[in-house]
Amino acid sequence: MSTINQSGWRPTTPEAGGSDAATFTGNRALMLDEPLIFEIGSISTTGVDFAEAPAGKSRLAGLERHRDIGLPGLSEPETVRHYTRLSRQNYAIDLGLFPLGSCTMKHNPRLNERMARLPGFADLHPLTPVDCAQGAFEVIDQLAHWLITLTGMHSVAMSPKAGAHGELCGVLAIRAALDARGEQARKILLVPISAHGTNPATAAFAGFTVEDIPATDDGRVDLAALKARLGPDIAGVMITNPNTCGLFERDMKAISDAVHAAGGYVYCDGANFNAIVGRVRPGDLGIDAMHINLHKTFSTPHGGGGPGSGPVVLSEALTPYAPLPFVERDGDHFRLVEEETAGEHHAGTFGRMTAFHGQMGMFTRALTYILSHGADGLRQVAEDSVLNANYILRSMEDVLDAPFAKSGPCMHEAIFSDKGLPEGFSTIDIAKGLIDEGFHPMTVYFPLVVHGAMLVEPTETESKATLDQFIGAFRSVAERAKGGDPAIRTAPHFAPRRRLDETLAARKPVLAWKEPVGAQAAE
Amino acid sequence: MRYLPLTPSDRQEMLGVIGAKSIDDLFADVPQAARLDGPIPGLPLHASELAVERHMSALARKNLAAGDGPFFLGCGAYKHHVPASVDHLIQRGEFLTAYTPYQPEIAQGTLQMMFEFQSQVARLLGCDVANASMYDGSTACWEAIVMARRVTRRGKAILSGGLHPHYVSVANTMAKFTGDQLVTSVPTLTPNPDTDDLIAQIDDDTSCVVVQYPDILGRIADMSKLADACHAKKALLVAVVTEPVALGAIKSPGEMGADIVVGEGQSIGVGLQFGGPYVGMFACSEKLVRQMPGRLCGETVDAEGKRGFVLTLSTREQHIRREKATSNICTSSVLCALAWSIHMTLLGEKGLRQLAQINHAAASAAADVLASVPGVELITPAFFNEFTLKLSKEARPVVRDLAAQGILAGVSLGRLYPGEASLQNGLVVAVTETTTKEDVETFASALREALA
Repeated sequence: MSTINQSGWRPTTPEAGGSDAATFTGNRALMLDEPLIFEIGSISTTGVDFAEAPAGKSRLAGLERHRDIGLPGLSEPETVRHYTRLSRQNYAIDLGLFPLGSCTMKHNPRLNERMARLPGFADLHPLTPVDCAQGAFEVIDQLAHWLITLTGMHSVAMSPKAGAHGELCGVLAIRAALDARGEQARKILLVPISAHGTNPATAAFAGFTVEDIPATDDGRVDLAALKARLGPDIAGVMITNPNTCGLFERDMKAISDAVHAAGGYVYCDGANFNAIVGRVRPGDLGIDAMHINLHKTFSTPHGGGGPGSGPVVLSEALTPYAPLPFVERDGDHFRLVEEETAGEHHAGTFGRMTAFHGQMGMFTRALTYILSHGADGLRQVAEDSVLNANYILRSMEDVLDAPFAKSGPCMHEAIFSDKGLPEGFSTIDIAKGLIDEGFHPMTVYFPLVVHGAMLVEPTETESKATLDQFIGAFRSVAERAKGGDPAIRTAPHFAPRRRLDETLAARKPVLAWKEPVGAQAAE
Repeated sequence: MRYLPLTPSDRQEMLGVIGAKSIDDLFADVPQAARLDGPIPGLPLHASELAVERHMSALARKNLAAGDGPFFLGCGAYKHHVPASVDHLIQRGEFLTAYTPYQPEIAQGTLQMMFEFQSQVARLLGCDVANASMYDGSTACWEAIVMARRVTRRGKAILSGGLHPHYVSVANTMAKFTGDQLVTSVPTLTPNPDTDDLIAQIDDDTSCVVVQYPDILGRIADMSKLADACHAKKALLVAVVTEPVALGAIKSPGEMGADIVVGEGQSIGVGLQFGGPYVGMFACSEKLVRQMPGRLCGETVDAEGKRGFVLTLSTREQHIRREKATSNICTSSVLCALAWSIHMTLLGEKGLRQLAQINHAAASAAADVLASVPGVELITPAFFNEFTLKLSKEARPVVRDLAAQGILAGVSLGRLYPGEASLQNGLVVAVTETTTKEDVETFASALREALA
């Protein structure tokens, strides 16, 4: 039998574990370590039964694969155990609060999952004849209607596959609109320093030059500095509202008006839309394009880092440039506008951004969530997320420095800093201390405008009891850090791993499994 | 409002702690003119779980799903059987509802799975390293072209006519804004891809040649000669795979000299889902790794010396390099990558090879049956599980006719290349392990009638 792991898997450090007795396996009762599939599987094992392939002539043009690929297989029970054991090494929203600022993590209703798995949606091919996919187009159309109505915008481009892809869509629409006006010279996008790091990266990826705009002491865009920079070389501004300091940009309308008067367009990063949904329409603030992270505002699961989905709502000025493909209602019938059908009516389109229609599986989930909440529930989402964040801000500001506590109420997230921590203690220690308390840490070291930032976002799906428990733990860890408790500096103590060496990983990258040296010789 | 746990008395108590009289006080920074007084008119109010299920189910029933009848669509998305345990495992809350693993001590499950996925993808595509996934094959393809520009410092990419037209379209869209120069062409209904033409076009400005394997018409060809020609001019060969199951039967692009191999992973573990979410694969040789876009997971040790995994090489990324970042991507398709990885683990090398063999045998048999229909000519003598037929009349109306009978007959080249007169009679047919003999017979007899 051909095995991949000829040396056999060994637990890494059976004697590790401080004062507790070591176990033979390195496991601790229900805390089970799990080797890699390459160490427990073999290329001759499979967990799938197939019928014998019928005999027939090969038409592979002499390209038959001869060498082993080296893909390990496991039986079905071993597979189920492997991934179940791995899953237990993860924190997740189903286990508890995820207070990540700027990255809303809310309850993921299982109804969304069930609806996305209806065969009519899950088992539908993207090139199915349009007449045979009318229900799917209707989902897209209904979701589009909600997004347009909730934001007060003119149209929505559904195809972007994630928030950053949505940013790209928005700035490409801006570029296309400027080019159509013959204003190729407008090459600079202004990006406030409090913006998400993706904003400048997106602008550059789309061929723009990026210039920073400073923030005022109260954590908002410096309107005077912005106005001073406007001119015939400026394509527009990329702004985040509510911003990453957790604050509403009071001057948003004035910013939009100034940018428009100077011939530019306004892109808004809508990652934080959940804080204002149902209470403010971005369209009323003069925004030209805004992406909506469906996972954040509309609860599609984040899945360990994706997939996302980033529809982009557009103003009337940018609508003619929306990407392909898109869905149009024609009476009771839906039609798909693609390259061939775009015609003169949509001649301004900047083109296709992705192979097919976007993240259909996310659309069904988001529409399910939207219909469950309705217009009244979504408004309540904004109110409860803002209420929860302010509750945390006021409950913590006597223990931790809160740089913008006097800048007005925070929106959906509260920000603290490392000011006042003793020498040798930093934000990361508080984060790791929270892990031992059973909480996922808040966002750390972001936004960059606050030294040692801790950005906390409780979201609307947390109960008061959960918030009180979190506040108790957060206060305790902060107080221990302020008191110089050395145990905080070596936290976490009870997680599946202690602090990991990220420098080693970057200096000597090991990105794929390789057979241990000497394994061949041992055969 | 079953997802919102705060009670009215909780809200009052919390407002008291904050020192606010009402919730409106918390929105004080929103200018009065921009505030909305109540729920936006014209939109329905909240609905019960049952009511939402009824609504969504009614919409789903309006679609003709792949499982509803004989099904032969491919061209970048494939119907394969996915074992039940795949979907069960990805729905575990610890995977489904986890965030990006920025706190590695409590995210080893996702990180180890990413490392395993990277290792599996690299081996399958024949490369040293792979990333933790991209949005999909089409965006991965554009990122590969941009990466080739960074590596070679040249701005011209040559795209094969066999590359999926939607992938070409995505690249064309982006190139308009970035100033990259793209040389594109459309496929011809010939047995072999345009390898010699491509070689003839490579010059000192060429950053890369992009070829698909198997290509949009289902054709397969050895790319070693093309790789040599690229390397002779210091250009890179980028290979695009949209049907990774094929690599269980045929040589990998890496084995034939491709420098960057990208692709669409959907056909392993991820359902059709009307086009997304899918899972982009991205692999390259070790020496190019610092130019690779997307997330990467790497092996390391913790403070006690235990093996563990972390996100790494983030100095290339948007949150550190801002406008100098390698790409603007700040996510990946992790849950789809998990489904891919679980399915691949269940298959193992043995299962993948069996699956590939079954696909090829079924497609081969179907090609013979369909080619025997009067008015049908098989264009592609060598293929994996997808081949091209030339019909005696335009394929688009034929596809529509058959769809009306519940038969999803394949992708007409007229739909993919509406402007190309020479391709209008082409029909690309995909056959997998899910296709039965009866499906093929039903298709053949309906086709016979449609062409009569």
